[in-house]
Amino acid sequence: MNQILTISASPHLHTRQTVASCMWHVVIALLPALAASLYFFGVGAAIVVVTAVAGCAAFEYAINRWMLHRPSTLLNGSAILTGLLLAFNLPSNLPVWIVLIGCLVAIGIGKMAFGGLGCNIWNPALVGRVFLLISFPVQMTSWPLPIVNRWVYADATTGATTLGLLKMGGDTSTIDLWQSATGAMGGSLGEVSAIALIIGVVYLLVMRVISWHIPVAVVGSVAIFTLCIGGNIGLELLSGGLLLGAFFMATDYVTSPMSHKGMLLYGVMIGVITVIIRRWGAYPEGMSFAILLANSFVPLINRYVKPRKFGERRVGK
Amino acid sequence: MSIFSAIIVLGGIGLLSAAILYIVSKRFYVKEDPRIAIIEELLPGANCGSCGRSGCHDFACACASATALDNLVCPGAGDEAMKKIADIVGLAPTEAKPQVAILKCYGTCENRPVTARYNGPASCAMLQSTGVGTTSCPFGCLGCGDCVKACRFNAMHMDPVTGLPAIDPEKCTGCGACANACPRRIIEIRDKGPRGMRVWVACSNREKGAVARKECTAACIGCGKCMKACPHDAVTVSDNLAYIDPAKCKLCRKCVLACPTGAIHDEGFPISTPDMAAIAESKRREAEAKKANSN
Amino acid sequence: MRTFHIGGVHPPENKITASARIIDVELPREVTLTYGQHIGAPAKCELNKGDHVDRGDIIAVASGFVSANVHTPISGTVVKIDKIKAPNGMPCDAVTIAATDDDHEKDLAAIADRKPLRTEPEIASLDAKKIIEIIDHTGIVGLGGATFPTKVKLSPPPGMKADIVIINAVECEPYLTNDHALMLECPDEILEGVRLLMRAAGVDRATIGVEANKKNAIELLRSRISSLGIEGISVMELEVKYPQGGEKQLIQALTGKEVPSGALPIATGAIVQNVATAYAVYDAVRFGQPLIDRVVTITGPSVERPGNYRAAIGISIEKLIEMAGGVPSDTGKIVLGGPMMGKSIVNIDAPTTKGVSGILMLPENMSERGKTEPCIRCAKCVSACPMGLEPYLLATLSRLGEWEEVEKEKVMNCMECGCCSFTCPSSRPILDFIRLGKQTVGAAIRARQSQKK
Repeated sequence: MNQILTISASPHLHTRQTVASCMWHVVIALLPALAASLYFFGVGAAIVVVTAVAGCAAFEYAINRWMLHRPSTLLNGSAILTGLLLAFNLPSNLPVWIVLIGCLVAIGIGKMAFGGLGCNIWNPALVGRVFLLISFPVQMTSWPLPIVNRWVYADATTGATTLGLLKMGGDTSTIDLWQSATGAMGGSLGEVSAIALIIGVVYLLVMRVISWHIPVAVVGSVAIFTLCIGGNIGLELLSGGLLLGAFFMATDYVTSPMSHKGMLLYGVMIGVITVIIRRWGAYPEGMSFAILLANSFVPLINRYVKPRKFGERRVGK
Repeated sequence: MSIFSAIIVLGGIGLLSAAILYIVSKRFYVKEDPRIAIIEELLPGANCGSCGRSGCHDFACACASATALDNLVCPGAGDEAMKKIADIVGLAPTEAKPQVAILKCYGTCENRPVTARYNGPASCAMLQSTGVGTTSCPFGCLGCGDCVKACRFNAMHMDPVTGLPAIDPEKCTGCGACANACPRRIIEIRDKGPRGMRVWVACSNREKGAVARKECTAACIGCGKCMKACPHDAVTVSDNLAYIDPAKCKLCRKCVLACPTGAIHDEGFPISTPDMAAIAESKRREAEAKKANSN
Repeated sequence: MRTFHIGGVHPPENKITASARIIDVELPREVTLTYGQHIGAPAKCELNKGDHVDRGDIIAVASGFVSANVHTPISGTVVKIDKIKAPNGMPCDAVTIAATDDDHEKDLAAIADRKPLRTEPEIASLDAKKIIEIIDHTGIVGLGGATFPTKVKLSPPPGMKADIVIINAVECEPYLTNDHALMLECPDEILEGVRLLMRAAGVDRATIGVEANKKNAIELLRSRISSLGIEGISVMELEVKYPQGGEKQLIQALTGKEVPSGALPIATGAIVQNVATAYAVYDAVRFGQPLIDRVVTITGPSVERPGNYRAAIGISIEKLIEMAGGVPSDTGKIVLGGPMMGKSIVNIDAPTTKGVSGILMLPENMSERGKTEPCIRCAKCVSACPMGLEPYLLATLSRLGEWEEVEKEKVMNCMECGCCSFTCPSSRPILDFIRLGKQTVGAAIRARQSQKK
């Protein structure tokens, strides 16, 4: 035997999952929602998505290449995912230059300033989105109406969203829940179709990319809290960015807790803060703020909410 | 009116805070010997622990309150600094022999064939736990540089040519951090030797000669030639491995010449060993020639 | 279906030798026996060069309570007592025995004409103490891989009482099938061994835990139990999940009790023994045969004749591999044991030991780890850890040398099953760092304890 053998400590097997495969799985899971947004918002959605994805990828490449002098991390798909998620949180008639500013903030400040993938505290896409929301409130809250704007980009006709109506005390009795579920309503381009988002999250759960804890905790706590304060559960769940946030933004690996108990706590936190902002806050939608606030608590949750160790007595037993 | 109330409230808060700060700083003031800070300035600040104290500050405190400096030596600071410290505390300085780290392995890439590939984090301790390492020598250097990582005086680096750590005797303080970090315990802390000259066996292999030789061409094979060559009884061989007692060694370097594998190393000599051998040889010839002539 | 509650992973099973019958390897002419084939103090050899020994003779005597005798599988002469290189390349003491033609033929005849040492009534009259004595004398150790002396497990510390014997036939390691093959071919012997273990432990019930991927073994054992009319032994089907065969995990899966952190498994009243150990106990009591052979799975994706081979302990690994067609030319790594907990080796001239359950030859493309990437905090290691630890945290703290924190986070609970490193999408060497932390903390704990004394 003449081979030079490899030695290493056990285990000698490794799962086929890699960072890149996890990221690409999430991108695949977002495809139904992307298709829905293209159907409802047409050319505007296409322009915003392409700009956001390309912008994020370009900024990450540039920062790696010329500022950090590190090898490119484009292939792991995280920048593309950030771009896609950012686009999903923007109205489809947003000017390209604003989208690009969002990309720069998301990648530059939200991610690379902390040291790149794995080191950031807040969800990069949401950092970009909230920056835009505060800086360009008018553009960020003019929601193009679905379907009628398919071939219109800049001069889209806009209308109120469900949450806007709820906030203003408008008449919500005409809103059809089925329409809300399919996505034929105004809103950020990726958040409208609940059915597409659910297809995506089921895919992620089946592929074992994410665990059920965070989505269930967020949706469950929103439902229960809404019930407690006497709101309309169906409208609260199906409108705004709730499902997109619960399924794809709150579950971001880097910025969510490590233990299952911690995930549940974090999910409940997001759900409760969202409802509080929607009901009593200045903004009609609070998902982005809720996730960013909960992100800030993640290090603390990791410090104090530990998994139960094998062989340690359960509390109260 | 409101401006006055603001001034009164803010001023009041300020006064109250100042009072609390004043009371706390008086009440909890820790009196410290001012010499401690001066002594600490002279110390390397590496907190290496080679003095036996938990850190440089602890050492400085011990110096300041000591009645004699017998057991207080900082190898990192050096004699000059120790003398200054002795002046500060008004005690006689302790003369300490300077110490240095030596590597008891010369299994360079050339001498020691690679027999396995290691796939894991670069850590000698981890490699050691998987077995023999990337060569077949179970005693020699593992080459992942745990010692270099442990050195706080920047006195070591991994030599890319030999694959072994190189020790800079000028910077090495003999603190022993590297020796403790080595999972194979092949770094020895010993006297630096007169004018920095020292001779040692650069091998730790305790296997039988033939086995050791197969693993590394520069291995000590325990043949005992050095022991026979030594006029001062400084060399002992046990477990197929020679050891030179630095206390007995007179630095004649006869063992270096006698070693068939080149496992005995010397350092710090003004004339290299081969040159020394050549000079000795020519002197011997001269003497012989003189003898022949006088006859 | 029963399983353990916390964590676990599903590595690809790759049981390519699952349907292979056990092949007897011809008795070797030369064996090399090391003294430390078990956990605990190495045995002491009192032979001299030139001494003649017979098959089954003790060649090294247990040197303490946690230690085990070593026996020779062949008759012959002691030709060498010297240091050899262990499979991992480190030197260890061993004795080499070589057989002449006469010795060899005598052994072959003895094997062909094997007679029971004890008759049925004699076995029935043995008491617990005597059975444990036989187990002690015949050098039986746990054959699942950990090689803990069996008699130690059967003698619980004072104040503790066993109430169930658990037979570990889970074989959750991918690739390995030696226990599976043994169950299919020797169910009666195993059941007899289990009954002996039950009597030795003084309990009246035993459970055999088998993973659901060995349905035929489960059915066979169940049918043998009912047709032989054995009472007290049940066979439990377990979910296929790694590490189902971990001692603490198995106890929890079968009895629902958790071994308290830092306690011995006997604290739950369970004694866990491997299924191959039960077979060895049967051999020892019935035939008086000490532990001198065992079934080894020789496998790998490109091995020519992978299979389950019964070979004398002490035969060289290289010879065993030759039985399976030699080392494939694309081999990049050879592992003793399974791929999750086995050790990669460098020296195949070394002999096998009691603990070698498998020899796995991985091709080059499977022997390198993936490129290490930054931790993306995906929490997969936390979900996978069957001990409920936080591997990412332990690894980071170990890397930074924060040993006190590492100890506080219960690094000593880690059983090095490898789920964390297996599941990490960033291919981080999590377990490597945890092991480093375990070694350092373990040494510190021992130092503290010796200081107290």
